[in-house]
Amino acid sequence: MAINLEYAGRTFEPSEPYEVSRVKIAEFATAIGEPSPLCRDRAAAQAAGYPDVIAPPTFAIVISSAGAAKVIHDPDLGVNYAMIVHGEQSFSHTRPLHAGDVVTTQSTIESIRPAGRMTMLTTVTEIRTLAGEHVAVARNTLVERGA
Amino acid sequence: MGTYDQVEAGTEIPPRQYQVTRADLVRYAGASGDFNVIHWNERVAVSVGLPNVIAHGMLTMALAGRFVTEWAGDPGAVTEFGVRFSAPVVVPDDDKGATIEVAGTVTEKLADQAVRVELTARSEGAKVLTRAHAVVRLA
Repeated sequence: MAINLEYAGRTFEPSEPYEVSRVKIAEFATAIGEPSPLCRDRAAAQAAGYPDVIAPPTFAIVISSAGAAKVIHDPDLGVNYAMIVHGEQSFSHTRPLHAGDVVTTQSTIESIRPAGRMTMLTTVTEIRTLAGEHVAVARNTLVERGA
Repeated sequence: MGTYDQVEAGTEIPPRQYQVTRADLVRYAGASGDFNVIHWNERVAVSVGLPNVIAHGMLTMALAGRFVTEWAGDPGAVTEFGVRFSAPVVVPDDDKGATIEVAGTVTEKLADQAVRVELTARSEGAKVLTRAHAVVRLA
């Protein structure tokens, strides 16, 4: 079954709130080998002008992919998950995520582009605090390989 | 470490090599929540046509990000960061794992202490990221 092209432009409901924790930031920083004390030591982060420890830039994927997952698992969209590969990814940060942030995501399917036997599905996920402050936007392109 | 006054268009950031082992993939899976089987199970990876277990694209992107943030001295300094995943990083089941070499060049000085950096990432001779770039604020 092909991807439903009518989903292009569709915006999904905002996610449940996600609370960014110091422990998760440290775990993520360790997993990518990021050595900075700004990801682990609150006093060091505050001395650098941040409210609390900050997340590395790609930490936003932990939050945005939950929103994007809801999109690609929508049965009416018709994505064959086994045939999906990650094509492109980008982030634009208004500011770094930090411990204590409580954020929600909202995803929009920006485009669905058939390309030969493949289909490119681009989703844009906005990350905002509960107070409405914009933190980051993630743009994710998945490629469904032809069967 | 790069500072805004020291760099100009054309400044090269010294290349770095990162080792990625199966243990690193397991650690990244747990930290990120991406438990896709192709990143830890050779039997399944091969069954879907891959040469072996492959690294999460997001782990390769994170290493390229670390290359920039370590150079800038601040993981919060990156405001824009984008990549295209052009080839998989194949991770053999040994103690050495895969090697990813990241290099970068400052291509433009922007306002507000920011610079644009173009990045390359290679593994086993293949370009694993293309169109990789970041905008980073320097001290």
